[in-house]
Parts: sequence; structure tokens; C-alpha cells
Amino acid sequence: MTNTLTVFKKEFRTYFASPMGYIYITVFLVATNWLFLRGFFLINQASLRGFFGVLPWIFLLFVPAVTMRLWAEERKVGTAEVLMTLPLRDHEIVLGKFLASLAFVAISLALTLVLPITTAIIGSPDTGSIIGGYIGALLLGAAYLAIGIFASGLTENQIVAFIVGIAICFVLLVLGENIVLFTLPTPLVPVFEFLGLGAHFRSISRGVLDSRDIVYYLSVVVLFLYLNLRTLENQR
Amino acid sequence: MIEATNLVKRFGPTVAVNDISFTVAKGEVLGFLGPNGAGKTTTMRILTCFLVADSGTATVAGYDIHEDPIEVRRRIGYLPETAPLYNDMTVVDYLNFIAEARGIRNGGRKAAVDRMIEVTSLKGVTKQSIGSLSRGYRQRVGLAQTLIHDPEILILDEPTSGLDPNQIIEIRELIKRLGEEKTVLLSTHILPEVSATCSRMIIIDQGELVASGTPEELSNQASREGTTVVSIRGPLPEITSTLAAAPWVADWHQVGESIGDLHRLRLRGSEGRDIAEDLFRTVVTKGWSLAELYREQVSLEEVFLRLTMSERGDAAKEERSEVNPE
Ligand SMILES: Nc1ncnc2c1ncn2[C@@H]1O[C@H](COP(=O)(O)OP(=O)(O)OP(=O)(O)O)[C@@H](O)[C@H]1O
Ligand SMILES: [Mg+2]
Repeated sequence: MTNTLTVFKKEFRTYFASPMGYIYITVFLVATNWLFLRGFFLINQASLRGFFGVLPWIFLLFVPAVTMRLWAEERKVGTAEVLMTLPLRDHEIVLGKFLASLAFVAISLALTLVLPITTAIIGSPDTGSIIGGYIGALLLGAAYLAIGIFASGLTENQIVAFIVGIAICFVLLVLGENIVLFTLPTPLVPVFEFLGLGAHFRSISRGVLDSRDIVYYLSVVVLFLYLNLRTLENQR
Repeated sequence: MIEATNLVKRFGPTVAVNDISFTVAKGEVLGFLGPNGAGKTTTMRILTCFLVADSGTATVAGYDIHEDPIEVRRRIGYLPETAPLYNDMTVVDYLNFIAEARGIRNGGRKAAVDRMIEVTSLKGVTKQSIGSLSRGYRQRVGLAQTLIHDPEILILDEPTSGLDPNQIIEIRELIKRLGEEKTVLLSTHILPEVSATCSRMIIIDQGELVASGTPEELSNQASREGTTVVSIRGPLPEITSTLAAAPWVADWHQVGESIGDLHRLRLRGSEGRDIAEDLFRTVVTKGWSLAELYREQVSLEEVFLRLTMSERGDAAKEERSEVNPE
């Protein structure tokens, strides 16, 4: 646990050691605020429904960018050789990196809390669905992050890691979306909807905290962190 | 302290390390030599548990690299080739991280980091980001990382590469000092470095161990099959026929012109034997006189070249096994 914390601290600091971390957060905030304001003026509605509706798609670009560096950079610069000859177990390192990226995404999300506060001032939003939305966003983000870390472990090239991360997230997201569901025979629809990354987020952000949704996201996280571990093992 | 047995590591079709065995005794400073791509770095990566050997094993400080990699790593200070570092971190943040990861926490950490900054003379740059440091300073940060937990064993991959002559001497001094109490395995391309710092050396080529011994032992072995130069005063035809008939002479030729009846010859003993005594005895029995007699010294460079460069053929392999004492 202390080892994981050590790696966590190192990775978390690295986000803010260069301008990159600040740039990511700025771009994320600009995008989310713009989408919110657009909904606000266009439909004249002080609601976060639009915001949570597009969040899975914003995350699709944002989250793999947060994780692409995590292993690719270590391999490219060669620091993996230092990190992985310290008396740390691989899973402690992976977990430390994952938690640091999760903290970074959590901070980014926390900075969007101005939006629900604004809506609360000018309207009377559904508090339950807002709380649910943020919990769901964090879970969804965690799943994307685990996928992104896995992608980063596959290559020395950050851009490749970014694109592979997006690709995997996209496939898993779109699997349960209408575009795909329409083309499927009816009995398969609930199966795909369950497998997709989006449906669980939608149900949580409706304010319904179902343990199955939580278990789903945790399984995706565990699966991809495990795959990341296996990749590291194979590279030894 | 380190005991490697039959290590093998392949990367696809390339066999980077091919059946290498060696030991490093406690307190020994072992030099690891070989041309580019010989497999030095790969061997070190196996010992530090960065890579896993395809077959064979090693124990480090009594712990098996496959069974107890964490215990092995605890006891090793490893300086990878070109000292890779986190460029975004400051020197002091980096050393704090390494110390913590090495289990040096709370009060002990600051002391350890301060001590390293002292030992590797990093005082002026502690708050600077590592990316902005010069090559020599980066190498020092690498060394500080290697030494911070006061390990029993040091594995240093080309610790002086890319440094200016002053820094090279500085680092060599440091290694020598450390070598008094620690077990050191260091790789290098610089032969004088071996004589300067190492008590024993190992030469590997194309993944295989081709020789091991003290620097003196290796040059002695090489000069055993080296040549003897002799200047004899006497009748040339008789000298010629005597040497031609002597079973202990493999081949010989005259060096330069005869000066009167003084002839200078270069000889090679048969089966690499030392023929100085045979020569002396012959000269005495024949009633000639001896003006000079010496064995030509073989430098470490020549030993290295002979073992690695010139001998890529099969014939060379045979010769190689003669030189190899193990
Ligand atoms: N990760 C890798 N993937 C593929 N091949 C590799 C890898 N690492 C090393 N090799 C190959 O293994 C062989 C041994 O390489 P190694 O780096 O151990 O040599 P070295 O003795 O350290 O050389 P140098 O003196 O240049 O540092 C080389 O042929 C190299 O190309
Ligand atoms: Mg090397």
C-alpha cells in the first residue's frame, strides 16, 4: 500500500510538473462549459442532461490523452528500467499510476461543479441525478483510464497509445449505443447494451445507483489493469 | 555475491545472452567487457530482474532472481546505461521518490537524500529540473539514485560513458572507494578503466563468455602464445639449422638485418609454450652468445581484440576455448 502511494505521488506530481496537465484541464473545461452554455441558450434550459449526455464522447478524447504518457514515456525515455528495478511489485506500480490518473480526472470533474451550482442558482435541478451523474462520470472515467493505461503499455509511442486507447474505448462505448443496437436482432439488444460502456452511465446519471452498474465498471477496470500487468510481464 | 548459471536470453531470432555463467565474489570489482551488442546490458538487466532469462538462473546475495526478485532488487544499486531519468522532476523530488520507493521514509529520507547530494556533489542543482542538467550532472543523479539505499551490490552499466576526462577520473575514484566495501559489477568499453578499477574481468562476445580472469592473467595467457625476441651472436647457418630442427619452435623469422654476426630473431614456441629457457640452454651449449632475450608484452587492448574482433570463424572458436580457463 505504501509502495502504491509512493508511485501515486510521483505520477500525480508529474501531471502538474509540466504545462501538459494544465492544458488538458483547460481544454476539458472549455469543451464542457461550451457544451453546457450551448444547451443553456439553445434550448433555454438550465439542465445538466446535455452535459452528461456528451460526457462519454468528451471522455473518449480526454481520458486516453491523460493516460497515454503513463507507460509509453517510461519505455521511450528508459525510466521504466529504473522504476521496474526498484523493489516494487508490478501491480503496485500499475495501481499507483491508475489512481494518479483517476485523481487527475476527478479534479477535472470537480472543476465542472460550477455548472450544477449555476443551474441550482437559476433553476431547480434534480439533485439526485446530478450526484448520480458525477458518480457515474467517475466510474466511466475509471473504465476509460484502465483501458488507456493498457494501451499505453503496448507501445513506446504516446500518439499510438492515444489512438489505440480511443479505439478500444470507442468500440466498447458504441457497442451499447443505438447506432449498433438498431442493427441487431432484438434478443441481442440487452446483451450489447449491458456490455457497452454508455448504458450503465446513463442509468446511474438518472439517479439510480444500481450495484450491477458499479460492478460492471469495476470489472472493466480490473480486466484492463490485469491485461496491462500481463503486457508488462511479456515485455520482461 | 552474484552467481549466474547458464543464463540465456533471446529477442526473436537474436540470442543476446547465450549460456553465460560467472560469479562475483563479495568485495570484488568485476569488469564486464565486450564489443557493442555483446550482451552486457542484457545480462545486467537479467541480474536486476528487469528482464527475465529464458533459461538459466542467478542468485544475488543468496536470493534467486526468479523466486525473490523483490529481495534481489532491494540489495542492488543499478545504474542503467545512459542513466535514464524523469526529466520533468527536480533533482530533489526524484531522489525523494527513489528513497521512498526504496523504503527509506520519514526522518531517514531527508538524511539519505542530503547524503547523496553531498557524495555526488549535486548541491547547486537540487531544485533544477533533471531535463535541464548536463550529461555529467545527469550521470551523477543516476549515481545518487544507485547509491541512496547503501546497497551491498552495485551494477553499473557504462558508468563513465559520455563524461569529460575530469569527471571520468572522479567517478572512477568513487567506484574504487565504493569497491572497498561493496561488490561491484561494471561494464565498460574503456580498457584502461578495467585496469584502473577492476580486480577481475570477464570478456563476452556475441552473447558468449570468451574469457575471465584478472587483467594480468588475461594478458599473461595471451602472451603465452605470444612471441619471444632474441638476439644471438653466432654463425647464422648453424643457428638457422638448429632452430629449424628444434621441436619447441613453432615458427621463427629474422628481424631486420644482421649486424656483423649479431642476428635478431622473433620466435613463437610450439603449443604456446614459453621458450625462453630452451633458447638460453641452446645458446649456451652451442657456445654462441646472447645479447638480448625477452617476451613481447601483450596489452589488454590486444587481448580484447584477439578475443572479440579477429576471431569470428570456427577456427577462432577452438583457439578461444584454449584461452578460456574455465
Ligand atoms: N529489447 C530488445 N529487443 C530486441 N533486441 C534486443 C533488445 N535488447 C537487446 N537486444 C539485442 O541483444 C543484443 C545484445 O544487446 P546488449 O544491449 O545486451 O549489448 P551490450 O553488450 O550492452 O552492447 P553495448 O556495448 O552497445 O551497450 C544486441 O544484438 C541487441 O540488438
Ligand atoms: Mg550496453
